[in-house]
Amino acid sequence: MLKASRRVGLVFFPAYDWAISPTHPEREERLLYTQDQIWEEGILDIEGIVEYRPQVAKPRDVERVHICVPDLESRVTQSDLIAAGGAITAAEAVLKGEVEKAFAIIRPPGHHAHRIVYANRGFCNINNEAIMIEYIRQKYGPKKIAIVDTDCHHGDGTQDIYWHDKDTLFISLHQDGRTLYPGTGFLNEFGGPNACGYTLNIPLPPETGEEGFLYVIENLILPVLEEFKPDLIINSAGQDNHYTDPITNMRFSAQGYARLNDLLNPDIAVLEGGYSIEGALPYVNVGIILALAGLDYSYVREPDYSPARVSQPKEISEYIARLCKETYTAWRNREDIRARLVRGKKEVTRQRHIYYDTVGLLEFQKETTLVCDECPGLTFIDSHSERGEHILAVFLPRKTCKRCREEGEDIYRRADIKKYTAIFLQDRDNDILLKK
Amino acid sequence: MFIGLDMGGTHTDAVLIFKQGVLRYVKKPTRPHNFLASVQEALEELLEGIEPSKIERVNLSTTVCTNAIVEGKTEPVGLLIIPGPGLNPSFLQCGQLNFILQGSIDHRGRETSPLREQELGLAKQELRAKGLRSLAVVGKFSTRNPAHEVHIARFLEGDYDFITLGHRLSGRLGFPRRVYTAYLNSAIWRVFCRFAEAVQTYLAQKGLNVEPFILKADGGTLSLSVAKNVPVETILSGPAASIMGALALLPTKEDAVILDIGGTTTDISFCVEGLPLLEPQGIKIGPYPTLVRSLLAYPVGLGGDSRIQVKDGQLYIGPERLGPPACLGGPAPTPTDALVVLGLLKLGDPQLSCKALENIAHALNSSLNSTAEMVLKEFSRQIAQAVNNLIYQLNQKPVYTIREILMDRKLKPAKALVVGTPARLFKPFLAEALGLPVEVPGLAGVANAIGAALSRPTASLTLFADTQQGRALIPEMGWEERIPSHFTLKEAKALAFQFLRRRLKEIGYTEPEPELEVIEEQVFNVVRGFSTVGKNIRLKVQNKPLPVNLPGPLTPSNPA
Repeated sequence: MLKASRRVGLVFFPAYDWAISPTHPEREERLLYTQDQIWEEGILDIEGIVEYRPQVAKPRDVERVHICVPDLESRVTQSDLIAAGGAITAAEAVLKGEVEKAFAIIRPPGHHAHRIVYANRGFCNINNEAIMIEYIRQKYGPKKIAIVDTDCHHGDGTQDIYWHDKDTLFISLHQDGRTLYPGTGFLNEFGGPNACGYTLNIPLPPETGEEGFLYVIENLILPVLEEFKPDLIINSAGQDNHYTDPITNMRFSAQGYARLNDLLNPDIAVLEGGYSIEGALPYVNVGIILALAGLDYSYVREPDYSPARVSQPKEISEYIARLCKETYTAWRNREDIRARLVRGKKEVTRQRHIYYDTVGLLEFQKETTLVCDECPGLTFIDSHSERGEHILAVFLPRKTCKRCREEGEDIYRRADIKKYTAIFLQDRDNDILLKK
Repeated sequence: MFIGLDMGGTHTDAVLIFKQGVLRYVKKPTRPHNFLASVQEALEELLEGIEPSKIERVNLSTTVCTNAIVEGKTEPVGLLIIPGPGLNPSFLQCGQLNFILQGSIDHRGRETSPLREQELGLAKQELRAKGLRSLAVVGKFSTRNPAHEVHIARFLEGDYDFITLGHRLSGRLGFPRRVYTAYLNSAIWRVFCRFAEAVQTYLAQKGLNVEPFILKADGGTLSLSVAKNVPVETILSGPAASIMGALALLPTKEDAVILDIGGTTTDISFCVEGLPLLEPQGIKIGPYPTLVRSLLAYPVGLGGDSRIQVKDGQLYIGPERLGPPACLGGPAPTPTDALVVLGLLKLGDPQLSCKALENIAHALNSSLNSTAEMVLKEFSRQIAQAVNNLIYQLNQKPVYTIREILMDRKLKPAKALVVGTPARLFKPFLAEALGLPVEVPGLAGVANAIGAALSRPTASLTLFADTQQGRALIPEMGWEERIPSHFTLKEAKALAFQFLRRRLKEIGYTEPEPELEVIEEQVFNVVRGFSTVGKNIRLKVQNKPLPVNLPGPLTPSNPA
């Protein structure tokens, strides 16, 4: 049999008994043909490829990241806990040194889940990658981590969770939000007042082809990673940029995804979206596994592949080149941009509407963050939904400074329980979630 | 009366089981290069004074094919593979002449690119020029649609003596394993046929007018005539013989660990609620992982004849066997000698055992008796450690539904069943090391042959139905038919059972009603846009690999 040149851990959890609804894209057989292809290829017989059984994430692991409204039990399904647990299992295999890389092929996905969770949005309840990252930071110590989200949809949930965190560089490349759900992910979404530049968005035009994706990796993402010097690189490996995907408009291929992973060289990959379950996923997943294992992926090809299906017009190539240049310049100037943004301000406030598309619910947020040079800064969110809940959530980030901590604890203590349905304090340093 | 014969690397054991539960057994050295003589010698002695017409069944477990593969004494094979997209297929070229052909079938069994007649023509010419007479044809996803394999076989018609088509061997996925299994099947076909014909001739001469059965690695049997088409099914059946023997002699409804202590190794196996546990994918032989169904048997390099030595003040047992125990004139002290020293076993010259073990005692600065005891404890400790590691690994096995993860059924042996010649003597040491009750049957030394005698024909089939495409197939039977769009899981089960009964009859199952079961069943919707356009049904059925029930305990009664 073949031998992998790098040891790779695989967590495969297709959740064959879970669906949002019987004909919803996020349904039972989404990974069935992927499993068929992986099994038929004999991937698990390759020396150095090891399959792991997912653990079940604990409520504690979820609450380290999310504030579920009204509570965790009513918002989170067993399948979510196993998917998040699968990501944790994959990461632990790498951190314990059992494998060099790991790939969690799990469902349901997670990258649209924000810090506050009222309901399912974009097929996601909880954020698998964020739960995984905070778990490993808690257990294996502080780490600088880069997340490269290659799902076709903007990873708005992951962006929200790491908006204020300079230790977590979040880069999302996705189909332009003017043409696709969730409608965000533009250049000016650049990180919060204390983490300016640590969120980078590359909104690609519809019909972007193989060339365009790989151009962004080589000309923007790799140079930025070179400068950021992360301890771990995570690929949020959505597969809906594929030319056969039924709900997007891009022209990427299995070869392209394999090449992307070869270039990006992530430590951990976690499956996100991807709904061309027969024509794309089986080939894309095999391609990614082979690339991670350092094996020849040049024979991985969709049956209907042709160079014409993955080509892009010249205007798109030029547009993407400009996009990369502009983003890279902003990254290089992030300190100056921050200085202009926070000049003379004690705090920065933003107001947002967050839409939960799966159930048709609207949330209204007012978020306030203290400008702080010592720590990621105290953040508190006043949020209410059309369902009638009204909450206050106070966030004490990792390494909170004395001033931010005192002020945050004070806000939590003084908040009037008659005014809100619930008040939360998420304290990362003490790893607790308080609620009153 | 039943005959069971298990040909091992060193010994050939045979038993004769009478209806009343009386048993006669013989143990003969195996003749390494004359398998037929090994069978003949054992049977001659066993059948002395027995009326041949009284014999109802002859079950053989043989190493003919295993040895041919391990020693590389196989026939050159022409291998034709249709890999389609995926892994670089060059590592699969295990034949003497290999053809990587164009054409592909996808995961749902749809042809996504056709075969090229021109390539087939060239292959035919080259195979003819090289004079290869044994072929194997294997396509990726051929178990979902065997059309390409079947077409190639027809195209090559007349140009070979034997051809293996991948989809007939197993319905399981795993293209590399299918390639290796098909290759091996064609490579050992001639060797096996020669042996099978010689056995048939010999039995006929002896006046035994029964169709002999061959033991498989999954603890079942199949008739010798049918085995000629799938000789690969006969590899590595030895461990299965012992496991089936242990379960026949000590039937249980619990989880148990099964140990077979031999001269060189101890095999570890398990049963779950009394049913032996299978290898998840299939057995591996030499460098080849295969799709051959097999009971799980994990060998550790610790046996009665393992070499004992001291290195850097540490006691080491095995994994090598240098020869027989010292008491029988062997070159090194062994666990068997430790048993002799403690007076637990009378064998050969006890002086030789003492002398050999004294060197070890001296090196360890310990008395002879406590050294002997230490050896047996260490032997048992290492086995217990291997058992516990295996249980841990088996319990980590991935599952793919929420229900299974939350159910979390774990293997948890309640006892150990131990067979093999020295089993009885190790009993107290193993009980302590494992922390489990240990049971040893009275006839532990020939449990393997008893297992062979009492094994029954087994078969498993896979049914794959796709109502959108309107077709169903059972690859192992070479059966495919149109089905209506309203075809249900219930109909699929009925069909699968009907074919399984037919298959069991083909391979020689004669008892009235086999115990059939569904081991895997999945039904998925096929959705286009936002509407369901069909169902994808997957079923695996089998009859349970269980030994024939004994009427009561077996009593030995040996021929003169």
